[in-house]
Amino acid sequence: MLLAAGVAGLVLAMALMIWRAIVGPSQYDRMLAANSFGTKIVLLIAIIGYLFGRPAFLDIAIVYALINFVTTIALMKFFRYRTLAHRLGPEAKDG
Amino acid sequence: MVDVLHLIGGVLVVAGTLLTLLGGVGVMRFPDVYTRIHAASLTDTGGATLVLIGLGLISGLTLETLKLGFVWVFVMLTTPAAANALANAAFSAGHTPRIGTFQITKSADASQAKPETPRTASGDGKSGAP
Repeated sequence: MLLAAGVAGLVLAMALMIWRAIVGPSQYDRMLAANSFGTKIVLLIAIIGYLFGRPAFLDIAIVYALINFVTTIALMKFFRYRTLAHRLGPEAKDG
Repeated sequence: MVDVLHLIGGVLVVAGTLLTLLGGVGVMRFPDVYTRIHAASLTDTGGATLVLIGLGLISGLTLETLKLGFVWVFVMLTTPAAANALANAAFSAGHTPRIGTFQITKSADASQAKPETPRTASGDGKSGAP
């Protein structure tokens, strides 16, 4: 019962994040909304695993937490350099 | 005893969910990119901590508790790093934070900072200015 209430609250917070991702004035608002949405999805997967009696969903939650971070960094890299093949770190010799 | 632990865990899960919902309201209401990043990152880490502690109390001392610990470690490592990188990207792209009723612009900041640095450097030097 309490877990169902937690799922309802998380779904409502995710709806707010989708609203910010749609009407966000800048692209950074949209990236922030995507990142926070991913964190809420991790919590939602964990709670749903306990709600349905299948705690093995936590493996999916771990993988989703890692993929969420990589997604955010890749999005920021793409919107900064307009390509994903740009070399980071010290400047390349060939420029 | 088990029922009491389940009740406390459920209450903690609902508390973390409400904190996350509060962060969603903050992201919806705040006026600036940086304030929205602040609201989202803080409430995400706090809400995730509360929710995972609550689920750990429900599951007891099993393998699932270790997995919850892994999820907590990954969330606490990645969410502040992503928020920091996002604010850094927004600032280096030229977004100006709104403070009060005025705005900090890059040109005004540079014109303020440029005459300051040589004056302090010459003041600290032993020999006088040429």
